[in-house]
Amino acid sequence: MGNQYLLSLWPDFLKAFWETFQMLGISLVLSIDAGFVLGLLLFASDRGLFWENRLLHNISGFLINVIRSTPFVILLVLLLPLTQRLTGTTIGPVAASVSLTVAAIVFYARLVQASLCEVDRGVIEAATAFGASPFQIIKEVLLPEAFPGLVRGVTVTAISLVGYSAMAGIVGGGGVGDLAIRFGYYRYRTDVMLVTVVVLIIIVQVIQIIGDKIARDADKK
Amino acid sequence: MVTIDNVSVEFHGTQRLLRAVNGVSLSIREGDVFGIVGTSGAGKSTLLRTINLLQKPTFGRVVIDSVDITCYSGIDLRRVRQKIGMIFQQFNLIHTKTVFDNVAFPMRIAGKPQTEIAKRVLYLLELVGLLDKIYAYPSKLSGGQKQRVGIARALANDPRILLCDEPASALDLETTNAILDLLKGIHRKLGITMLLISHEMSVIKKVCTRVAVMSEGVVVEEGNVYNIFASPQHSLTQSLVAHSLDLELPERVLGSAKGALVKAVYKGIKAEEPVLSDAIREFGVGINVLHGKIEYINDQPLGVLILNITGNEQGVGQTIEYLRTRTASVEVIHG
Repeated sequence: MGNQYLLSLWPDFLKAFWETFQMLGISLVLSIDAGFVLGLLLFASDRGLFWENRLLHNISGFLINVIRSTPFVILLVLLLPLTQRLTGTTIGPVAASVSLTVAAIVFYARLVQASLCEVDRGVIEAATAFGASPFQIIKEVLLPEAFPGLVRGVTVTAISLVGYSAMAGIVGGGGVGDLAIRFGYYRYRTDVMLVTVVVLIIIVQVIQIIGDKIARDADKK
Repeated sequence: MVTIDNVSVEFHGTQRLLRAVNGVSLSIREGDVFGIVGTSGAGKSTLLRTINLLQKPTFGRVVIDSVDITCYSGIDLRRVRQKIGMIFQQFNLIHTKTVFDNVAFPMRIAGKPQTEIAKRVLYLLELVGLLDKIYAYPSKLSGGQKQRVGIARALANDPRILLCDEPASALDLETTNAILDLLKGIHRKLGITMLLISHEMSVIKKVCTRVAVMSEGVVVEEGNVYNIFASPQHSLTQSLVAHSLDLELPERVLGSAKGALVKAVYKGIKAEEPVLSDAIREFGVGINVLHGKIEYINDQPLGVLILNITGNEQGVGQTIEYLRTRTASVEVIHG
């Protein structure tokens, strides 16, 4: 009977799985790009670097902290008007991706800043001494030198997004986490809950293993 | 070629204004190997960095080939920097690039064509003796090999000036000598103007032709390396030279010596004359050499001897006077 019930939910599982992938995919792709730019800006505007600008540095740092200290559930609701404008709806995985992206951008930006700070200042100085422009320094020094750290940051961000995407279910985002709450939690179906949790564990593990492998292969230190 | 004109550099510390370089003026001629020596914190590194404006001077001017570059920025500054090579104490190689790509880096920056880059990288790696490591990553190299890559990279755009920031301080003694010999060979071969900073007089002695001694942001003494070694004027220079020559006598010898203890310095061709045997014959004194060496600086001999002169008082006095006429300087340590 239990097995049969689980089997009857198979289409729901597939749908939820697909929704999770949509949310993860959209928000991850967007937040990696925007987060990298923001993190780079934050890093390069710091003291002694090529875009030194204390005002820009402090303002962007403050804004990031404001967004990061807002609980995600609240951010989700606060961003509903923006979501409506951008996607024309507030329901579904694409709509949920808006707030996920905003949260992930600031999250990844801090990770980018941290891994850029790990790059040997002496190497940046050497590139400057040889007459490299800021863009050449970014492309030829910062990106390759910080690459393992940047990849690890993507891994951490992606895994956080898996967690956040479950919350996005509350406003109708759907996904595996949403399934766990609706069927497993509200309907007391421990078996459904278990299956979804196992699926989430597998997703997280796969992301971690792939991320670690890429980071390790790129690490020449 | 390079003129540093009354340059000062100030840093805003947490408590007070720190003046790392204080009104330094130096003039480096084409083909010089110019050393800047001093203890750590003397401002040598900061001064060196003003030449390619890695450090902007707070006051003063940096003039290269009669062009004041102090106010340069953007593309103009980058063009100037491409013609100034630099090597670093910590090598500062790009860890994620191979030896080839590290050496090619300044040329790619300057937009040189690919074929020219490949040819020149090979030439440079042969020059520094590292052709066999061309596709290795820096993490697989020893310290000396890393600095060789650093030198090849610094020479990539055929610069006319090479800045060396403590190039051998992170290396062991043997590797230090190999790197200094390499720099000397490169100077001989390419005639490049070099500025080298070090905290050790022995490094300056090995490669430099001229030297400036820095202390607390100020140049206290400047001149030809040989002359600085032969007759250091400032107390810091004297202690640096003494440390480099290493002519300390043990306490036991100092305490038990009879007669006069004298330190005599010979310069140039006189170091090769039989001054001591002449003195022994002339004044009937005994001369015992307690310590001494002859250094060759820029291929000129510089002799330093610590002598114990025994005999009657008049003979000893006459001997010292005689030595004063025949040697560059005589310092009576005691007696």
